[in-house]
Amino acid sequence: MDERVFIKDGIRLDGRRFDELRPIKMEVGVLSRADGSCYMEMGDNKVIAAVYGPREVHPRHLQEVNRAIIRYRYNMASFSVEERRRPGPDRRSYELSKVSREALEPVILTSYFPKSVIDIFVEVLQADAGTRTAGINAASVALADAGIPMRSLVSSCAAGKVDGQIVLDPMKDEDNFGQADMPIAITPTGEITLLQMDGMMTRDEFRQAIELAKKGCQEIYRIQRKVLIDRYSQFEDLQDEGSRR
Amino acid sequence: MSSVISEIRKDYLYNLLLRGERADGRSFTQYRPIEIERNIIKKAEGSALVKLGKTQVMVGVKIQPGEPFPDAPNRGVIVTNAELVPLASPIFEPGPPNEYGIELARVVDRGVRESGAVDLDALCIVPGEKVWIIFIDIHILDDCGNIMDASSLGAIAALLGATVPASRFGLGDDFPLPVRDIPIATTAVEFGDVVLFDPDIDEEAIADAKLTVITKADGIICGMQKSGPGMLSEEQVYRIVDIACENAKEIREKFLE
Repeated sequence: MDERVFIKDGIRLDGRRFDELRPIKMEVGVLSRADGSCYMEMGDNKVIAAVYGPREVHPRHLQEVNRAIIRYRYNMASFSVEERRRPGPDRRSYELSKVSREALEPVILTSYFPKSVIDIFVEVLQADAGTRTAGINAASVALADAGIPMRSLVSSCAAGKVDGQIVLDPMKDEDNFGQADMPIAITPTGEITLLQMDGMMTRDEFRQAIELAKKGCQEIYRIQRKVLIDRYSQFEDLQDEGSRR
Repeated sequence: MSSVISEIRKDYLYNLLLRGERADGRSFTQYRPIEIERNIIKKAEGSALVKLGKTQVMVGVKIQPGEPFPDAPNRGVIVTNAELVPLASPIFEPGPPNEYGIELARVVDRGVRESGAVDLDALCIVPGEKVWIIFIDIHILDDCGNIMDASSLGAIAALLGATVPASRFGLGDDFPLPVRDIPIATTAVEFGDVVLFDPDIDEEAIADAKLTVITKADGIICGMQKSGPGMLSEEQVYRIVDIACENAKEIREKFLE
């Protein structure tokens, strides 16, 4: 279909090897009004996630008597892509919001907060393939930042097929001209909470892709953990000082 | 979106599963009886009524000339839409499609599109100006579980029997829609260590996670979607993919080839 070469001598267009993630930057607690927040860059993706709650459910008829409900809003800024996007949700963002919510819901201890809602808002400021996975990574950290009880964090990244080879974390060009894209989200214990695929893969390639994406997720998990520990060890120091005084 | 199920029914289903049984006597990988009736809507260019057990889905295909997308000026266009009309279930409500309807339509669309089932290059009328647009409209009539597989089956069945109505638009003779592949979606749900294929409405209600796998005639996977607020282990995913390929092959050979 396309004659461009994406992998030459095992090196991709941006200098990565097949099993390398794009550079990641994460920052916790970047918003002051939200109960929890996180900013994330994954290559050229820039996303910001905020968590509000547990709080009262409006409209009230949505509330559940035995648990909190989770709402997840994935929203792309109109300037986040090459061609200006019409603001507001489209069919793609409805679907991504749904699967992203379902990627996080299994780790949140919703039964602790009956009749309440935990709202997760993800704004995509700049998009370059992988916004849903960046959103889930940021949201997972923002949930922890908001003090929501969770079984574990969730980490997410994609594997794709480019020039017939399975690669980790495809960027926009690789996604557009590649043969397959498969985003997953996974807990540190290996439970898969998000799995989507489009394009074409054989069963063997699919297994390779899962293995590769799993490795990527483990790497992201270490970063998520580190930024949270860094953020909260600060407070621990302050607390120690307070008790000494 | 799952329907309400009584605790006693839940217990009953769980206990059956522990004994390796399902309420309707099927094995864990077995589908409910499938019936497909094709071209039953005269006004549509292609149509199919799919019955999957008691689940009923009607898919209509309309084909009209229209403008191509600017980034694919010589290719036909596929538009997929699903309506979860309130006649089909006590929990469906009128109004614009909600996230469940949108997800359903997008997964069916993914199967048709990514498999390259329709030869879109053969659907150009005037390059850059006019191409054939294929509207796949999914109408759920009775939701007794697994509307995903029923809809996907309906879509490809309707496409296979569809005619491009060229003469009606003064564009030459009518011709059959060029369909090159038969993507089949197969869905399973998980309960603990068990995976159940083609879940009925009660099984859907007690399951947390669902996985749909779409495969082409050559066994290549062309789409996947995990759905529902649960988790799947890697082994479960591999097992579902393996069985899905076999189930798809059987369905394809029996009903569509």
